[in-house]
Amino acid sequence: MATLRDIKRKIDAVKKTSQITKAMNMVAAAKLRGAQQNMEKFHPYALKFREFIGRLAAGVEDTSAYSLLTPKEEVKTVELLLVTADRGLCGSFNTNLLVAAEKFIKARKAEGIEVSVINAGRKARDYFRRRPVKVRESHTGLLNKVAYEDARRIGSGLIELFETGGADEVYILYSHFINIVKQQPSLVRLLPITPSTQEEGEKGFEYVFEPSHQALLTDLLPNYIYVQILESLYQTSVGEHAARMAAMENATNNCKELVRTLTLTYNKARQAGITKELMDIVGGAEALK
Amino acid sequence: MAEKIFLEIVTPEKKVLSETVDIVVAPGEMGEFGVLPGHIPFLCKLRVGELRYRQDGGLRHVAVMGGYAEVLNNQVTILATAAEAAVDIDVVRARAARERAERRIAESRDKYEFARAQAALQRALARLKIAERQ
Repeated sequence: MATLRDIKRKIDAVKKTSQITKAMNMVAAAKLRGAQQNMEKFHPYALKFREFIGRLAAGVEDTSAYSLLTPKEEVKTVELLLVTADRGLCGSFNTNLLVAAEKFIKARKAEGIEVSVINAGRKARDYFRRRPVKVRESHTGLLNKVAYEDARRIGSGLIELFETGGADEVYILYSHFINIVKQQPSLVRLLPITPSTQEEGEKGFEYVFEPSHQALLTDLLPNYIYVQILESLYQTSVGEHAARMAAMENATNNCKELVRTLTLTYNKARQAGITKELMDIVGGAEALK
Repeated sequence: MAEKIFLEIVTPEKKVLSETVDIVVAPGEMGEFGVLPGHIPFLCKLRVGELRYRQDGGLRHVAVMGGYAEVLNNQVTILATAAEAAVDIDVVRARAARERAERRIAESRDKYEFARAQAALQRALARLKIAERQ
């Protein structure tokens, strides 16, 4: 049986913990707002870009002129760009991504396809450090400040890999931000590119292209990869903060609950002590009669 | 003239501009082009340079750091890598960038380095030119 002092000490400790988790919750909330704003600012660009590429790609019948659109005849090696957070304490956010990645790798390996990974995020890097998976590169600190430059660097590396035959297909696995309480790992094929198909009504327009249709599309396709990577980074960063906020909120609630039960035990123990003392006094007085 | 053009400039960082204007002149890869209401559908690559548009009788300037343009149904959409309206340009920073780029061109050892430095110089010059117009 814990003594009164032990229980008191524990209550104080739990209270301190809840202060910390509460502070972390508020920090995450503030960062979430910032990240969400950044994502929303980027959104129109991504949207327009999709439209753009859809329009250009719609007129293409023969994809073989564009190496980035052409699927390889035989897929032997696959590259996975895995985006995770740099930090933990955000519930199952990173674990979900890593489990999805592990599943992806296992499935490909079962088909005899070789997989190598490019990590974007410290948690991914640490996870694959001691696992029998080939890691090509590891990037960290991308989500602190999501930048076009980073997406471009990673993207051009991937394109080069695809074009030189280092990888026959390239996938990206990131956390899709559905809403504040729900984020879902989602897998998208980056290369070869599958452009979104056009709505029927817009096909009627005959565009004039400058310099030429082919030159324009060739120029645009790599940028499309960068845009997709950038969007994934934004989504993951927003998701990370949302997940951390939820996790910290939970932790704070659990702390409160724990303090409540501990206080109850404390009061019970105190009362039991008083009762016992009273019994002793009464018993002593009785014996004196 | 009753008809107007809707001009929209977006970059990865933000939506820079979204206005109803009379005419747009943009720096195309193969030369400047102007867009008036009723323009045919047009897709084009942009180079680093100056975009002008006329609104309520006044001419405005925007520095565009390369990208793409689309004209469709009296709507001009510019997808730029970066873009700044004249008032937003940081002249001090642009001057510093110009000097840095000039130095890098002088010191460049291979053609890639040279090309990068030259692109940086172009961006700085475009910004400065437009800042002066203001």
